[in-house]
Amino acid sequence: MIRDRYRRLLSHVVMGLCGLAVLVALVPLALILFYVLSQGLSSLNWSFLVDMPRPVGEPGGGMANAIVGSLYVVAIGALFAVPVGIMSGVYAAEYAGTRFAEAVRFAADTLNGVPSIVIGVFAYGIAVLPFRQFSAMAGGVALGIMMIPLIMRTTEELLRLVPGSLKEGALALGATRARAVFTVVLPAALPGIMTGVLLALARISGETAPLLFTALNNQYFSTDLRQPISTLTVQVYTYANSPYEDWHRQAWAGALVLVTIVLTCSLLARAATARMSRLHRGA
Amino acid sequence: MPRSRIAVRPDEVLFRVGTGIFASILVVGVLAIGFELYRQSRLSIHEFGWQFWQTDTWDPVSGQFGARPFIWGTLYSSILAIVISTPIALGIAIYISELAPAWLSTPLVFLTELLAAIPSIVYGLWGVFVLVPAVRQLQAATPAALKSLPFFTGPPLGIGMLSAALILAIMIIPFSSSIAREVLRAVPQAQREGAYALGATRWEAIRMALFYARTGIVGAVMLGFGRALGETMAVTMVIGNTPRISWSLFAPQHTMSAVIANEFSEATSDLYLHSLIEIGLVLFVITLIINVISRLFIWSMGRQRRTRPRAEPVLKAAA
Repeated sequence: MIRDRYRRLLSHVVMGLCGLAVLVALVPLALILFYVLSQGLSSLNWSFLVDMPRPVGEPGGGMANAIVGSLYVVAIGALFAVPVGIMSGVYAAEYAGTRFAEAVRFAADTLNGVPSIVIGVFAYGIAVLPFRQFSAMAGGVALGIMMIPLIMRTTEELLRLVPGSLKEGALALGATRARAVFTVVLPAALPGIMTGVLLALARISGETAPLLFTALNNQYFSTDLRQPISTLTVQVYTYANSPYEDWHRQAWAGALVLVTIVLTCSLLARAATARMSRLHRGA
Repeated sequence: MPRSRIAVRPDEVLFRVGTGIFASILVVGVLAIGFELYRQSRLSIHEFGWQFWQTDTWDPVSGQFGARPFIWGTLYSSILAIVISTPIALGIAIYISELAPAWLSTPLVFLTELLAAIPSIVYGLWGVFVLVPAVRQLQAATPAALKSLPFFTGPPLGIGMLSAALILAIMIIPFSSSIAREVLRAVPQAQREGAYALGATRWEAIRMALFYARTGIVGAVMLGFGRALGETMAVTMVIGNTPRISWSLFAPQHTMSAVIANEFSEATSDLYLHSLIEIGLVLFVITLIINVISRLFIWSMGRQRRTRPRAEPVLKAAA
């Protein structure tokens, strides 16, 4: 009897601890969001978004060049990561079960686990050293490499969700495999793939380590592919490491912009997925 | 999926080869990373050999490069992070997959995965200005009796191993917990029902499920470990960037990724640069091995139910 009561008590205690673990994990999340919001909002203003950085001691100024730079570098990365990611996802889904498709999927998972700093070193080797020049291009290459496996896996997953009867219908009407995939299967999965791309973009735009010695930094406004470029994340890093109060405030404002981008994309993606699954159920 | 029976036609071949070329970019890419890192680090590999990993002096001015403190810092901080995060991650996985009502589990999944979406640099910023001062106060309040232990020696700086381990722990919780959750979901319901039928309490039934899922759970923890090993920005901002080997949680130390991030663009000599890239190469190889093993574990678990757990928590929302 006592043993039974002990067992039941233990069960309740462990269940309680599991609930506690959830709270323990949510506390830092709440703290981070709280600090980013409170510190960031007090320093975020219009001038932060449209002005150039000012020298130390001169109050005000902003990160206009870094915001544009981030968009620019992410866009360069997306330019080659999106086609490669989607096409390799098509391959992995179409030829699932073949040895090469398994190898590709394995490579994607591996690439996904490679530390971002290592990707930075690699991009330095292939896109900085040969030209003896830090550049926006090299930053884009580094980010693109990180984006490819994310987009490939989403594409593959979503293509597999498209009902097989759709493709079979197209084939039965005499379409070639390529035609069936590109005009029927891929369009059916496209909204989901777009969502995945959006999430990958959001995630990649928060990366700092791969940009440190590829895109480097630039205190001026630049849209030259061959020149170093300033990015939001590297700028936040530089400012956070500086001893100046004013720059710390700017760093918080930059962090708020970053978190806003990531959160907005996650929520949008979430809303889109919810809507899609409703549609699927309705159909 | 059964292979569809279509007569092999030129356009079919074209399609397969065309998409296959894109797909092979991934495979080639992974190999290229390893090759390129080796090529760019051969100076230091030839100059120092194994000595590189057995000596402690890191002195770019005199051309002495020993990387042992960085390996130490990376392993120590990641192991500490695993020790802190594993119970929490498992607790979350159990709570969400076994206990929480449906209306609660979806938002909880979203919230824990939000932790994975916050950029590393934001963790670092928060770490420097919020966590480090808090840790400093904790260190100042450490009773003198504890300070004689090797784990708590040194002045209370706030910056150091403890801050790094804490921030790493927070960052890897979503990774371990989401995989552990998938793995627990792959445990057949009959396992739990069997336990209940024998009169098990709820915890005893869950313990059975945990035991059944043990390989997958080890895989989930290892995947988090792999993430912790490679994490750069948040760690470098709070660990103090001092190459030394110490058991003390209060001591500023250094990690492999942090030294690359800090010194790469200042590396003046070729040997210096190659030494840094060699650290990158070893980091690449270690994370590769850890990832492969953990994925094998997770896969072997998922195979039993013919579902493969998806890996990336951030992307989960899309599927």
